[in-house]
Amino acid sequence: MKVDWATFWPRIVDSTGETILMVIMTLIFGSILGIFIGLLLYVTRKGNILENKLVFQLLNLLINIIRPIPFIIFLVALSPLTRTIVGTTIGTWAAIFPMTIAASFGIARVVENNLISIDPGVIEAAKAMGASPLQIIFTVLIPEALGPLILGLTFVTISLIDFSAMAGTVGGGGLGYVAMTYGYQRFDGSVMLVTVIILIVLVQIAQWIGNTLSRKIMRR
Amino acid sequence: MIEFSQVAKTFVLGKRKVEAVKDVSLTIQKGEIFGIIGFSGAGKSTLLRLVNQLESPSNGSIKIQGEDLSSFSAKEIRKLRRRIGMIFQNFNLFTSRTVAGNIAYPLKLAGMPKAEIKIRVDELLKFVGLTDKANDYPEQLSGGQKQRVGIARALANSPEILICDEATSALDPDTTAEILRLLKKVNKEFGITILLITHEMNVIQTICDKVAVMENGEVIETGNVFDTFTNPQHPTTKRFIQSVQQDRPSDSLLHQWKQSGGKNLYRVIFKGELANTPLLSQVSRKNNVDINIVYGSVQELQEKFFGNLLVSFEGEASAIHTVISELEKAVSIEEVIVE
Repeated sequence: MKVDWATFWPRIVDSTGETILMVIMTLIFGSILGIFIGLLLYVTRKGNILENKLVFQLLNLLINIIRPIPFIIFLVALSPLTRTIVGTTIGTWAAIFPMTIAASFGIARVVENNLISIDPGVIEAAKAMGASPLQIIFTVLIPEALGPLILGLTFVTISLIDFSAMAGTVGGGGLGYVAMTYGYQRFDGSVMLVTVIILIVLVQIAQWIGNTLSRKIMRR
Repeated sequence: MIEFSQVAKTFVLGKRKVEAVKDVSLTIQKGEIFGIIGFSGAGKSTLLRLVNQLESPSNGSIKIQGEDLSSFSAKEIRKLRRRIGMIFQNFNLFTSRTVAGNIAYPLKLAGMPKAEIKIRVDELLKFVGLTDKANDYPEQLSGGQKQRVGIARALANSPEILICDEATSALDPDTTAEILRLLKKVNKEFGITILLITHEMNVIQTICDKVAVMENGEVIETGNVFDTFTNPQHPTTKRFIQSVQQDRPSDSLLHQWKQSGGKNLYRVIFKGELANTPLLSQVSRKNNVDINIVYGSVQELQEKFFGNLLVSFEGEASAIHTVISELEKAVSIEEVIVE
């Protein structure tokens, strides 16, 4: 049975809203957590301003354990914890939790990589002017790495759109859920096509915003 | 002002120990421009970083205005660093900030109110001649302009000391001269003590009052620039001086000169006011000996003349002998043997 498009559009609109909500919320929480972990990873690195072997190796190990797990498996594996924290494993917010955890570790690496590319001489200059480690983090590291960081976050956002579709298959709602139930399980090609087009458009918009912002910051 | 006593710094790289600085004792007086010269790896960069505690010594003590830095807490060290400006070979400007933003940065760290920061930044921009570049970003500037921003930034908190880490090594000769003039102005106008490290002898020659030569982590020679230039002791010092001062033509040219009948070659070195007296000409006329200047130069060093000439004498042997003994009273003279 094919869907009746006259009544199905509101469904599509709602699902798009859910997808956008999932992505944006994950991006916000994931960035906060990810930037924190990434900074910690960078400053505790050998020879850096708050060198700490234990913290660095622990974080590094944790990231390396979590990142290779395919998201769909991570999602299911994390569900007991999701139930404890969010109260349920079904729905948009239940999807945001595992997405945030997965995203933050990815973002942590992006942040770390961007910070490593900062010229150490600039950090030395700030030190020589009497900046404290915390001042170096907020007035040197973050502003100096911001341009490439935004590009990195854009890259992450696009994989989040991908994550959100996967979350949809296990009851997370959003376009992924619609595509799976109507497009795949009911063989309705038109639903599949519409969701794919919307996803493509979302990715384009995200990329455009990221490029514009980073270009403004990097002045090129 | 700055006093190193028996300072050593050893780095441990894996299992290897590197003694970057060994037993250095130096005193830098207030208001001086003190240059440390050495080839790369001589330990001068480490020595410089000990002054503002970007490195801490493994041994010995460093005193700034009588205060021993080893007793300083992390917080006191950060306060100390505000009294010591630093400039770098690669400028190390913040790419995310404008020229004005770079200069304002140390003032913000020091907690200066916004309105005062603006006044101070304008003052500094004017001093380094970059008022029209205030809102440019570092990548829009030339090397010399970048270093001028670096200098303005280092001077922002009105430091007592300015330390320069190879500040002109990334610049072309014209720009080097321009930055050196600016450093001299910093020293003269504000009385700021400057400690610089370099591998270029012309930097020492142009602006320094005193020089220390470093090799393998040790200071091998130190003194005022004029004495060191005119009478170097250590072979490394001589090598550095030869880099800016050709005191002998190539052996093949000298050989040619001898083949074509040249003889009685002497080196005449004169210093200071002696350049005002027409000494050579006087003794020449008096004794009827011709003097031929074969090679050499007269240079300015710390606002004094320094001449180093190769001359040959033509005339009767006894007359030449008299000329030499008369010259010896005023200048240093020695025979040069040509192969």
